Amino acid sequence: MKSFNKKEFRHGLKRGLPIAMGYLPVSFTFGLMAVSGGLPIWMAVFISLSNLTSAGQFAGTNLILMGAGFLEITMTTFIINIRYMLMSLSLTQRLDKAMSLPKRMMVAFGVTDEIFSVASMEQGTLTFSFLIGLIIGPLIGWTSGTFLGALICTSLPESLSSAMGIALYAMFIAIIIPPAKKSRPVTIIILLCVGITGILKYLPLFRAISSGFRVIIASILGAGMGAWLFPIDQDVEKNNKQEGVNQCN
Amino acid sequence: MQLERAFLAMILMALVTYIPRVLPIVIFRKEIKSKYIKSFLQYVPFAVLSSLTFPDIFSSTGNLTSAICGTLVALWLSYREKSLVVVAISAIVTVYLTGLFL
Repeated sequence: MKSFNKKEFRHGLKRGLPIAMGYLPVSFTFGLMAVSGGLPIWMAVFISLSNLTSAGQFAGTNLILMGAGFLEITMTTFIINIRYMLMSLSLTQRLDKAMSLPKRMMVAFGVTDEIFSVASMEQGTLTFSFLIGLIIGPLIGWTSGTFLGALICTSLPESLSSAMGIALYAMFIAIIIPPAKKSRPVTIIILLCVGITGILKYLPLFRAISSGFRVIIASILGAGMGAWLFPIDQDVEKNNKQEGVNQCN
Repeated sequence: MQLERAFLAMILMALVTYIPRVLPIVIFRKEIKSKYIKSFLQYVPFAVLSSLTFPDIFSSTGNLTSAICGTLVALWLSYREKSLVVVAISAIVTVYLTGLFL
């Protein structure tokens, strides 16, 4: 393996750019929220740099500002982030076999919902050069967005700041819809998950389940039922990827 | 709120965010043979992203009507296979404009 492939790095950068753009408004809001809640600017920025996650760090920071205990903060953040285990486990199948341990550990840091999605739609082996290129843009976007939000901090007109709340979700939709168009199993899994999340959220019986757990339960059930109903054979998987799943970017 | 406490909490958060990411990549390096587990893992991103999005997107803007309009625009543009940035910005603009008239 060549130590560093500039072409693959640039390809990764290109793939990561839309993610970085999508992260800006969200991290901006986070910076705003953290600093207006009483954290110093450097700490808001350092949280984004060291966590590089949305839901987990939003929830954790919220608890810090509320003066919650260490156990509660740690547990909540961990539960929300368990889903990364599934993503890393999936990603590890595709990593360049020759990648060294320190490089694996660096790449692992960049496993977010969006980076994982884009990486898993990529064909062939995932190299270190590509993944670092893919991760660096979103990391810079996430951190600098936080800095800008923290810096400005004077609250935006409410209509604008609330309008930005939809940005991350719109991005998620843009990731899942094009593959769903081409793959019936994906469409059915999405509908299953939406149904399960809705039931868990609105049925009084399940109301005690936190939003982090809701996502975990619905994802495992939905993807589990999908795997059981539509198992992918090795050869079919490649076709499926070329025809459907891979065209999402 | 003490700064040292907040700093320690932040370090703990960073750790429990990194651990689930790094363990599978460092430890489970053997290839998975079962086609069910493989299919499961391939379906996970769609499952996670759809569970994260719905129904929470409808409460993401503080107003149900504007959130529904933004969602419809995002769904339509995604179906037309527009890029992530175009979809996100169009949804924000839709929510903002709808908000002006509510």
